Amino acid sequence: MLQEESDLSLIIAQIVQKLKGSSLYGQLERQAWASLQRPEIKLESLKEDIKEFFKISGWEKKLQNAVYSELSVFPLPSHPAAPPEHLKEPLVYMRKAQGSWEKRILKSLNSMCTELSIPLARKRPVGEQKELLNKWNEMGTDEPDLSLFRPVYAPKDFLEVLINLRNPNYENGDSLSFRTHLGLIQVPLKVKDIPELLRCDEQSSANVPMITLPPSTKSFSELFENEHVRIGQKVLAEQDSAAAQQYIRQGSPTALRAELWALILNISSQPEDILYYEQLKTNVIQHDLLVDSLIYKDVKLTASNDDYYFVFEDYLYQVLLCFSRDTSVLDHFAYNSASPPKSYIRGKLGLEEYAVFYPPNGVIPFHGFSMYVAPLCFLYHEPSKLYQIFREMYVRFFFRLHSISSHPSGIVSLCLLFETLLQTYLPQLFYHLREIGAQPLRISFKWMVRAFSGYLATDQLLLLWDRILGYNSLEILAVLAAAVFAFRAVNLMEVTSLAAAEAVLADLSTLKVMPLLQIFLFATVT
Amino acid sequence: MSRVSVPCHVKGTVALQVGDVRTSHGRPGVLVIDVSFPSIAPFQLQEIMFKNYYTAFLSIRVRQHTSMHTPAKWVTCLRNYCLMPDPHSEEGAQEYVSLFKHQMLCDMAKVLELRLILRQPSPLWLSFTVEELQIYQQGPKSPSMTFPKWLSHPVPCEQPVPLLEGLPDPSRVSSEVQQMWALTEMIRASHTSARIGRFDVDGCYDLNLLSYT
Repeated sequence: MLQEESDLSLIIAQIVQKLKGSSLYGQLERQAWASLQRPEIKLESLKEDIKEFFKISGWEKKLQNAVYSELSVFPLPSHPAAPPEHLKEPLVYMRKAQGSWEKRILKSLNSMCTELSIPLARKRPVGEQKELLNKWNEMGTDEPDLSLFRPVYAPKDFLEVLINLRNPNYENGDSLSFRTHLGLIQVPLKVKDIPELLRCDEQSSANVPMITLPPSTKSFSELFENEHVRIGQKVLAEQDSAAAQQYIRQGSPTALRAELWALILNISSQPEDILYYEQLKTNVIQHDLLVDSLIYKDVKLTASNDDYYFVFEDYLYQVLLCFSRDTSVLDHFAYNSASPPKSYIRGKLGLEEYAVFYPPNGVIPFHGFSMYVAPLCFLYHEPSKLYQIFREMYVRFFFRLHSISSHPSGIVSLCLLFETLLQTYLPQLFYHLREIGAQPLRISFKWMVRAFSGYLATDQLLLLWDRILGYNSLEILAVLAAAVFAFRAVNLMEVTSLAAAEAVLADLSTLKVMPLLQIFLFATVT
Repeated sequence: MSRVSVPCHVKGTVALQVGDVRTSHGRPGVLVIDVSFPSIAPFQLQEIMFKNYYTAFLSIRVRQHTSMHTPAKWVTCLRNYCLMPDPHSEEGAQEYVSLFKHQMLCDMAKVLELRLILRQPSPLWLSFTVEELQIYQQGPKSPSMTFPKWLSHPVPCEQPVPLLEGLPDPSRVSSEVQQMWALTEMIRASHTSARIGRFDVDGCYDLNLLSYT
């Protein structure tokens, strides 16, 4: 009992400390001062009256949403003796692996810098600043020479690192035992099986039909759809984050999606937020970073070539360039196993007052990074709101897809979950693919690292990301990957090489996410 | 509750195994760690803290000081406490753990010696132990102070000194000054952890290459 009480007070103290730095705190204070004018606020019962006023005027709800947001993002406070690196990642060998992976990335970036003789950062001359400001909304028309740049790494390089991840205290012998990992991932993390995954799913029970019912029952599905939309509008009117998160587990109507996501992520476009975005834009105009060229190259290689996303090319530059300058992203490294790269001002090597992070947000983009932003462009058209939503999605979910950690939503656990689901529920398929040298993870890894962006049709992708927000977990990516393999199992059993297997699974754009998941979760288990 | 670290002497771990250690192929699944307190009198245990390293279950036995001349017996104070929910997987394998007096099965008033029995039934791990073991006893209660007589027994209210012309009421002034002082203390104590947002140093962001540390 004592322990729980002290844990609770520790959590409360942590959340209060965080919220004190937010704009909500200032707003609440101003509202409290303004409310003193109201007749119902009496001096004798000041505290109670102001609390009542907050409840009626909706400010209490805003505070509730902010607290709920903090609880969803920040991990619970750990043991007082645990050092900060333990909060980032509890397992020592994973921390080491992440450290050496980061070192490789830094070496690669440094060598690119010296080979091309381009500085990591450069202050733009005034003429260039004016020019960039003028074409801010059409940076896509620019055709800089990017042939010498290459992406720092691609998902397949990262996969090789994960394949070689080993726990030094684990029996990694050659002899087969009951726990030999037949897949590519060789670390014994705990992953869920289908009954456990469904238990998480309990709130959105199978009794409530999903949105996508087969066309033959059109009128029936329309009735459910209208009811669903009505409930969604009610949730939005209440402005309650927790309720919105529960609601979106059954998918979101297209018209309400943008507002629902903003409510769940606790994003409201205040004037300060727009001002903050403008400040980031100024930073982009003043300084030119090497990372900018990497972003340009990535957008040109991936999003610009995609049938759905090429129209949003300019938006992508506007979001990603500003993202690189945003120091508030550094806060997420407290619970991310990765660490931001560090450097010193020229001539001041080793002096801590001149130590800076590079890029300012600590995140080095890799090949395909811009695909995290592209689907959001369908929902948000105002750059500062689009930016805020992307930043929040990144610090809650996407960072886990490219750092080595033991977290259940981390990419290592997702890979192991995928392989385990396939082995358990489709053992023949798994065995066949393994025999022909086509380990399934080699094909599905790129889908999971990009959260299926660029592989699924956009409307299906957004339905998938609805569930990620609803369950606050990325495990559904692994389940969908296994479901895709299950769906194409018949064809896959006939292939005889990795290339042929890749060909069978090359095009996912016709797949419908929810029926696939339902078949896999409810029908495959017999 | 304040706590004070107790210096302890941790003897080497002893593996318990059936058969000869040298010739048998399996790895031991039970380890015993003895903890003694050579320079301390029998004390009241408050907390045991350690960092786990792949131990699945922990039992603790304690030997307490008895007033009579009977030899002190070993008593189990913690039985099969689970540190790893699934002994075959990494969950809980390297966590920091604290065990408190109220979780123990017996009273820990006069501890002489402790014996930690570690169990790891899974054959997948090469070794297991607990690290950074620290024992805490209850800290001293805040010392009782003796107040000077004039604080604990204030004299009965005197007649207030008649107000001088034009000067504000001293008691009102003193209470307002007190409130202001309290406000400044509060502002000083509450600092935010919000960032300023600058990534450069005095407008300069001209960098060396990235450092590998």
